[in-house]
Amino acid sequence: MIAIIDYNAGNLTSVKRAMDYLGKSSVITDDYSKIINAERIIFPGVGAAGRAMSDLKKRRLDHAIIEAFQVGKPILGICLGTQIIMEMSEENDTKCLGIIKGRVTRFSYDADMPGSANLKVPHMGWNSVMFKRNHPLFHGVDRDSEFYFVHSYYPLPDEPDNILGETDYITRFASVIADGNLAAMQFHPEKSGEPGLKILDNFCEWDGKDYVE
Amino acid sequence: MLSKRIIPCLDVRDGRLTKGIKFKGNVDIGDPVETAAQYYRDGADEIVFYDITASHERRDIMIETVRKVAERIFIPFSVGGGIRTVEDMRQVLLAGAEKISVNSAAIRNPEIISEGSEAFGRQCIVLGMDVKKAQVTDRIPSGYEMVIDGGRTYTGIDALEWAKRGEAMGAGEICLNSIDADGTEDGYDLTLNKLISSNVNIPVIASGGAGTPEHILEALKDGKADAALIASMTHYGSYTIKEIKNYLHERGIKVRMNW
Repeated sequence: MIAIIDYNAGNLTSVKRAMDYLGKSSVITDDYSKIINAERIIFPGVGAAGRAMSDLKKRRLDHAIIEAFQVGKPILGICLGTQIIMEMSEENDTKCLGIIKGRVTRFSYDADMPGSANLKVPHMGWNSVMFKRNHPLFHGVDRDSEFYFVHSYYPLPDEPDNILGETDYITRFASVIADGNLAAMQFHPEKSGEPGLKILDNFCEWDGKDYVE
Repeated sequence: MLSKRIIPCLDVRDGRLTKGIKFKGNVDIGDPVETAAQYYRDGADEIVFYDITASHERRDIMIETVRKVAERIFIPFSVGGGIRTVEDMRQVLLAGAEKISVNSAAIRNPEIISEGSEAFGRQCIVLGMDVKKAQVTDRIPSGYEMVIDGGRTYTGIDALEWAKRGEAMGAGEICLNSIDADGTEDGYDLTLNKLISSNVNIPVIASGGAGTPEHILEALKDGKADAALIASMTHYGSYTIKEIKNYLHERGIKVRMNW
């Protein structure tokens, strides 16, 4: 069983619908023991970091996610979920889960990227990912694929090894993060057409082991 | 770099697909769920549903359509038409839409923009703008006026002022429809698109008047639009999404080519 973590952060039903379409059994839940006993965990979300963290804490789900990570369960972070796994977010100045070292910051003008001053925030729409290495979750996903993004903040991991893929918008940011049994993406695989569904399908088969070519 | 989006618009009445010319004389052209699934396969980047069902009592038909669409397509789609309250928005989002678009309801009650934005996030809220050319006056300094009720009622509100206000109140995107160009297939109103797009910091979808891929190119380049809404040019088989994207790609516009 795949647990989709429910913390009032929205967009849960679209992840569930994608799992149903793929014929994978999943449940949307805020129950600590269901999450800790699930075979694998999806941590989705759209919304603001401050509210999300306080909702997680209220239900002790912050502990559930950290414990699940420590025992090696495959975990998939999506969008806000990908930000909450970092140490802190500048959105509402929020202390986050700290599974990945680094912080979350807002898009702002980058002098090294010509033309970035005219770009709009949120970063909304289809964009590509430059992969730095292979990963089981992206097996069979064409490198020219584009993915659907909607966000104003992005993660800044301290460790370059945690960055699996990068995307250019205003700046070059980490759009896919990986560490052992955790993989997280700033875009929405459940809204990214067939390549996104392939990632979700791969996640359902993933043994939680990262590898570097 | 972000791709420009090509977005087919499906007008739905009582659960069936229609496409009107200037909001008059609609012709029924089929099932919205099947059409959406076809557009998904054909490479649409997003889909817009516009519910023109007249009576509020029949809104549950639209919710059912949204639910069925959400089971079949895995790209974002938005729903507009007849959404008057935050509760209306919640129902459409829960049924599986990514965004809701408010139009006449926002003119009558602007607070719905900020209420929706606070409840669901600004990325969910599309400000639908129906615009007609007007005489430049003190009240309408841009020469473009907001109209409602499918273009029948003038509001006395300047389109540029309204766009800025909508952004300030929490709209995450603008769908900018020229009533003058709508259904003509003579091209988008580029002056209008450029005016709005260069004065707000949220994405603008150009709407109304698309007849050829060249029109789309103009809207994305000269009109500075972030996305282009299309209807009859693909609904009736004159062009496919792939042909449109190939045309744009060959002319240096970044579009999603792989799906």
